[in-house]
Amino acid sequence: MSTDKLQKFKKRIDLIFSDVNWKEILDKALKTSADDIIKELIASCIRGRGGAGFPTGLKWKFAAQQKSDKKYVICNADEGEPGTFKDREILDKQAKKVFLGMAICAHTVGSDEGYIYLRGEYKFLVPQLEKELEEFHKELKAKKLDFKISIRLGSGAYVCGEETALIESMEGRRGEPRNKPPFPVVSGYLGKPTVVNNVETFVYTAMILKDGSKQFCELGTKDSRGSKVFSVSGDTPNPGIYELELGMTLDEFVELFGDGDTKAVQVGGASGFCVPRRKFKETIIGFEGIPTGGSMMLFNSSRSMYNVLHNFLDFFCEESCGQCTPCRVGCQQLLKGIVAVKAKEKPSKYLEDLKGMTETMKSSSKCGLGQSVPNCFNSIIDNFKEEVIY
Amino acid sequence: MSKSSFVAEAVKKYGQDRESLMPILQYVYEKKHYLSKEDMQEVAEALDLSSADVYGTASFYSFLDTKEKGEKIIRVCKSISCDLKNKEQIISAIESKLNIKNGQTTPDKKFTLLETNCLGWCHKGPAMLINDNVYTELTPEKAVAAIEENL
Repeated sequence: MSTDKLQKFKKRIDLIFSDVNWKEILDKALKTSADDIIKELIASCIRGRGGAGFPTGLKWKFAAQQKSDKKYVICNADEGEPGTFKDREILDKQAKKVFLGMAICAHTVGSDEGYIYLRGEYKFLVPQLEKELEEFHKELKAKKLDFKISIRLGSGAYVCGEETALIESMEGRRGEPRNKPPFPVVSGYLGKPTVVNNVETFVYTAMILKDGSKQFCELGTKDSRGSKVFSVSGDTPNPGIYELELGMTLDEFVELFGDGDTKAVQVGGASGFCVPRRKFKETIIGFEGIPTGGSMMLFNSSRSMYNVLHNFLDFFCEESCGQCTPCRVGCQQLLKGIVAVKAKEKPSKYLEDLKGMTETMKSSSKCGLGQSVPNCFNSIIDNFKEEVIY
Repeated sequence: MSKSSFVAEAVKKYGQDRESLMPILQYVYEKKHYLSKEDMQEVAEALDLSSADVYGTASFYSFLDTKEKGEKIIRVCKSISCDLKNKEQIISAIESKLNIKNGQTTPDKKFTLLETNCLGWCHKGPAMLINDNVYTELTPEKAVAAIEENL
């Protein structure tokens, strides 16, 4: 049974949920120059933990270089990817460490105003977060750091997890992503330089400054340094939240979390990739293999992958903001297409036409949503074609 | 047109800048469980925006309904992990308890039953929200009990 092994694994890394003396880390950070903090983060090779994986040190560096009377630090807590629930847990259990990362970022880039964009589904967290913020602000005041964090709520729109859509939403508009460039570090909230980082990323930045980049670098692989919080769900005896080293193979992962009959793992949520059993050994979880914002969903042989794909496409049809045609029409046509093939209204060859259309979606959708819909579509069609057709 | 005191309260609390629009709409929504045409017009006036602009923002978000809903909105998660855990049975149980179909509101305007995308409780599915309150690891019996708790 995998449970003993899992217990051992769980104990190995404990950066995100460990209790720390946050006041001490704040002291240390405030005594460190912005340049040194950026150097340390770049040396740690940490990349954003929300899914896109942009190097965090560089993001802060670009924001710090901007000359502006006002800069913003935003914590992206619009965790909407199906299969992801780690940010809720982090904010629930270790909110101070998130604020700490934000304050360190503010000190580094020169900002005095921060926001947590919390998805509406997590509104129940607001009272406790407000309470913790009050304490945190007191400490900042005592340390004479002029930085204030406020909470903004989302209202049930997945696309607002895309950083420019998030900013649009904060500005009181429809959550429609902007063209990039300019990137938020140059022109973000209200046109000012803005750092947007994921909840987990902020905690890691604080832990890197506490322990040094070297310790962080010892974990993971060349392309994927450090550890990551995984949200595990689906057909598993051990669903939940686990902090694991990056770079493990899917085979190792399934050994820990599978139910003995795992047929496929969806890595990275609906916008990620479906990996079939025969590819578990060769698939690395990390930026050199399949990256994930943390979502890991296991499916056993009792599941129809057609139903899984149908569920994902239905999700994207609803959550596409509708602004650009490749994504809006593409999602609808993919869903209609697999339904038609299943009903024998279209020949199975039609799936190839749909795959051709996903190339257009990939290359011409405006944001990551439309660009990543092809991931689940192609990986399920390629690996489970017979389940989709028959 | 009778003015909604909720809009005035919200504007007083959050200010008249465009970036206050979401908090204002969310405030009014929390009080009234939907945004009426009149409310949106009043918000537009207060913030010096066109009502189309306010409607455009409000109608984008699935948690800001612009059609009248029940006092308690039940949102059952339909994303894949909850789907695997038989969320259909939860919906059926609620449908028969309230005698409405998915998407409908009870005649007394007490409950609306909806499906929603991932609520972030995938390891404890099936999950649902009743307004802001979370219910996880549901069984048909637990779902019915949750409804009764909210009667």
